[in-house]
Amino acid sequence: METSSNGTTGGARLPRLNEPAPDFEATTTHGVIRLADYAGGWLVLFSHPADFTPVCTTEFLAFAAIHPELQRRHTELLGLSIDSVTSHIAWVRNIEEKTGVAIPFPIIADLDRAVATAYGMVMPGESTTETSRCVFVIDPIGRVRAMIYYPLTTGRNTEEIVRLVDALQMADARQVATPANWRPGDKVIIPTPATLEVAAERMSEEYASHTEGFERVDWYLCTKSVEAV
Amino acid sequence: MACVNSDGTLSPSGRALVAALEGNSATAEEVAGATGLALFRVRAGLRELVHANLVTVEGDLYRAAAKPTEAPDRADASRPGAR
Repeated sequence: METSSNGTTGGARLPRLNEPAPDFEATTTHGVIRLADYAGGWLVLFSHPADFTPVCTTEFLAFAAIHPELQRRHTELLGLSIDSVTSHIAWVRNIEEKTGVAIPFPIIADLDRAVATAYGMVMPGESTTETSRCVFVIDPIGRVRAMIYYPLTTGRNTEEIVRLVDALQMADARQVATPANWRPGDKVIIPTPATLEVAAERMSEEYASHTEGFERVDWYLCTKSVEAV
Repeated sequence: MACVNSDGTLSPSGRALVAALEGNSATAEEVAGATGLALFRVRAGLRELVHANLVTVEGDLYRAAAKPTEAPDRADASRPGAR
């Protein structure tokens, strides 16, 4: 499938950050599910190349491990690959039989590639028959807020996905940004001033004295403490 | 099918959803709270049950559909081989 310079794949426009996530209705291991069924909560939609493959199995164990953490953050997991629902059922039953770990989230059986195409999950340079390791974080109003693409060879870091959800929820709740390697409890970045007036205010001692945990490197890089989300 | 099997019987989650709506109306969120099922599963399941005429919906309130007025025994007796 050709991908054009304006971000289209086979005529479909690929998802972009802060734009509506492509709608879908899909057959899953938990029945027919629509994107709208997740409205009001956060969704991590992720694809894997194929059932009964080694890296994917390790990833599913890791996704199952973070599932309770994500649920505490009002976030659901939804997997996807170009396999049948029967294959998905057989695989998750095999994982539980061999490892004792139940896979608690649904998996889309995207045999017609409708969802994979809408989300640009197939990377023809890697494989024309499998989805790459893609992650889409979708917010409570259905916007794509983050995207991660990993190659077939490399299993994802699921703790980073939890950290990413934490950072997005903090940004929304407190109107702040988060620095590199931020973790809950760390200081957050106060948005960069957009005017000279606000830049000057940011340098004042009065601003510093009224801002909890304020630290200033310069007018454009200031951090503060915030309550947990 | 998550709630209604291909033979018309209900799955365990389908039975739980219908049971939660017998005798009272509730929103999907309330049903999720009552059954312990995730909200996305409740929404998908209720949609399926409405399609199967086992649940009715008015606005955002769901209710188990009224059962047939004919007594089950009489209905069964009318079918050859039912007893």
